[in-house]
Amino acid sequence: MTTGSLTVPRRTRFRLPRRQVPVLATLALLLVMYGIGVSQYTAFSNVQVIFNVFIDNGFLLVVAVGMTFVILTGGIDLSVGSVVAMTAMVSADLLQKGLPAALVLVIALLIGPTLGLLMGCAIHFFDIQPFIVTLAGMFFARGMCTFISGSSIPITDGFWTRMSQERIGDPRGNFVSISVLIAFAVVLVAAYVLAYTRLGRNVYAIGGNPQSALLMGLPLGRTRIAVYTISGLCSAIGGILLSFYTLSGAPLIAVGMELDVIAAVVIGGTVLTGGSGYVFGTVLGVLVLGVIQTLITFDGSLNSWWTKIVIGGLLFAFILLQRLIGIRYK
Amino acid sequence: MTDSRPVLTMTGISKSFPGVRALHDVNFRLFPGEVHALMGENGAGKSTLIKVLTGVYDTDEGAITLHGEPVSFTGPMQATAAGVSTVYQEVNLCTNLSVAENIFIGREPRLLGAVRWGEVRRRARALLARLDLDLDVSAPLGSYSLAIQQMVAIARAIDIQARVLILDEPTSSLDAGEVAQLFRIMRQLRDEGIAILFVTHFLDQVYEIADRITVLRNGGLVGEYPTAELPQLSLVEKMIGKELDVLEGIEEHSRRDLAELEEGTPLVAVSNLGRAGAVAPFSLTIHAGEVVGLAGLLGSGRTEVARLFFGADRADGGQVAIDGTSSSLRTPAQAIDQGVGFCSENRRAEGIVPELSVRENIILAMQAARGWLRPIPRRRQDELVDKYVKALNIRPADPEVPVRNLSGGNQQKVLLARWLITEPRLLILDEPTRGIDIGAKTEIQRLVTQLSDGGMAVLFISAELEEVLRLSHKVAVMRDRQMVAQLANDEGLDAERIMQTIASGSHREEVDR
Repeated sequence: MTTGSLTVPRRTRFRLPRRQVPVLATLALLLVMYGIGVSQYTAFSNVQVIFNVFIDNGFLLVVAVGMTFVILTGGIDLSVGSVVAMTAMVSADLLQKGLPAALVLVIALLIGPTLGLLMGCAIHFFDIQPFIVTLAGMFFARGMCTFISGSSIPITDGFWTRMSQERIGDPRGNFVSISVLIAFAVVLVAAYVLAYTRLGRNVYAIGGNPQSALLMGLPLGRTRIAVYTISGLCSAIGGILLSFYTLSGAPLIAVGMELDVIAAVVIGGTVLTGGSGYVFGTVLGVLVLGVIQTLITFDGSLNSWWTKIVIGGLLFAFILLQRLIGIRYK
Repeated sequence: MTDSRPVLTMTGISKSFPGVRALHDVNFRLFPGEVHALMGENGAGKSTLIKVLTGVYDTDEGAITLHGEPVSFTGPMQATAAGVSTVYQEVNLCTNLSVAENIFIGREPRLLGAVRWGEVRRRARALLARLDLDLDVSAPLGSYSLAIQQMVAIARAIDIQARVLILDEPTSSLDAGEVAQLFRIMRQLRDEGIAILFVTHFLDQVYEIADRITVLRNGGLVGEYPTAELPQLSLVEKMIGKELDVLEGIEEHSRRDLAELEEGTPLVAVSNLGRAGAVAPFSLTIHAGEVVGLAGLLGSGRTEVARLFFGADRADGGQVAIDGTSSSLRTPAQAIDQGVGFCSENRRAEGIVPELSVRENIILAMQAARGWLRPIPRRRQDELVDKYVKALNIRPADPEVPVRNLSGGNQQKVLLARWLITEPRLLILDEPTRGIDIGAKTEIQRLVTQLSDGGMAVLFISAELEEVLRLSHKVAVMRDRQMVAQLANDEGLDAERIMQTIASGSHREEVDR
């Protein structure tokens, strides 16, 4: 051991870009599924098919973006489906009572983040498992839906109907709804926040190793509370988009949606233990779910429950993939 | 090379925890441009001193000055901001983030709230170049070895204009080449005038890099010495706290001749058994009726050896032969099947079940060996328990008392009884006499002799050299997680020779490097 021994440090093993592997796998899967669709059904190649996937799943995408933040920190948010339903219910109820659309929007958009903030505080200050806190939030929000009304409330407000029916399209007749544009905006903002702001980087650091993050002086509590608030906000936006889509608020809508959302985020390559994943992956994950549904609809003979079966299989495959990558990189 | 004025002083530091006096009136000084080793056995107070310094703990008494000004940090963050940075044994960085980000996260250069990634990478490269490291700063930290991660942690620490750098056992998971690399960086930082406080268990490393040494023992200050004026043997004495002549009064014990014992097939023979990061590959044979003592400082790898023998940790490589036939000790269940018993050093956490009675604790291992579906008849239980309560003189002699009501020595005997009842062929005793009174200690020692006379092989681990010498036929010496020597316990062997072996090691290391 002498001073002169100068080993040039090198990376110990050659490695694939670890963090991109799951996203690339999802992209490949999506292309394969699309390829199958196009080869089986001539109408599948129509651009509108893809647009429809976005139209039908815009609200899911927004909620999944919020969930991506939570899962990146290593947490989970089970309340999103109920918060989506509650937001839609509150909007429908307030509109029915004659409140102006702008005011309803503001109120509806405040409820979700407030609940998220409270859950985040409970998780951080009382050091309770996110699973159980957000489970409580889920029951609470679902309960509030039926408390507002036991049955579906139609929305007839002018602004809502316009948002619902407005088509933004190209001259050949392909179109998307305004909801899709809103969803894209949310995706872009989220991607920027995660890649370029301290909040976003802290999210990754905490997901990677909370103890280290704390010792490096990063604001652990503030960041964790922030992600649940962000998830609440995304659920609220998702709820508004859903009410644009259905033009109603129903107490039992979006039941079990949180599970679809988690599936989309995981299939999109975000690691459940946190610290690794991209919003872009989540977009792909939502598209995978959407394309599966579309394929099954095109087939016509398959029961719609096949969607669930395929999602189950894929979810398992992707968790397995994450685990295998995890082992390789330990 | 040292400045005349210390950059950091700690005077009269005392710190108590409920029931424990962790530090008592400790003084410590650190000069700019020196590497200062803080030495002591486990529990000597090294970590507490560092935690007091960095504000993790408050002091009960004493004062700390930095650059001559009194300071009192409320936490590591404040200490870091004042230029006192700590790099811990376990790298406290996020392996999922890039190298550059790990260096700068929390204080990234930003423009209008957006992280300037180009600038982050440029500055990270510059900082690493200062440490002579050529890394891909965009690669995730996890793709580099632990040694490199350690150096990235140092890079993060010194970027905050550190004047004092605390390295808490940074080398414990590094190999020789990686240690050399770390030392190169330490020397460079020292030459830049940074004061480095270096904590390690490895004596060689201290003599290689440290300018001065402060020794702690049992929470008290033993002294501060220039490295050149403190021979390794004296350092070991000061850490252990015993003068050699005190150690020499060894009670002679009639031992069977080692050569006679070692005739025939060994009961257990391991070769090149090792586990990365725990203990370097070693070979050892144990014969029936033989007591093999394992000597070495705390943290030298003694317990790790025992755990490999019991299958509590899995060896990376090497062979095991039992009765001359190739075998394996991969899980405790396998080891128990082969007749290995293990009394853990940590009897509270890994041994006794305090709420269960003496009887229940004693039959635990035997019941486990039989399988839970074949309960031991109560009559048989009572017979066995009675026998061992008498044989080991467990007090109170009532088998139905909860074990938590027994004294430490008696708890230890219960634990011993648990293994004896399974009639092991090899019994591993890890610090069986630590923390128990002298009477119980003698009884346990006598028992070990009796057991080996009866043909049981014993692997006996103890920090007390007298005890090891009194009981063992053969002494294996551990040092820096290597088995450096195996000495026959004959006329020529005394505590001094074991100490010298601990202090100086053998030639094997030179060969390795």
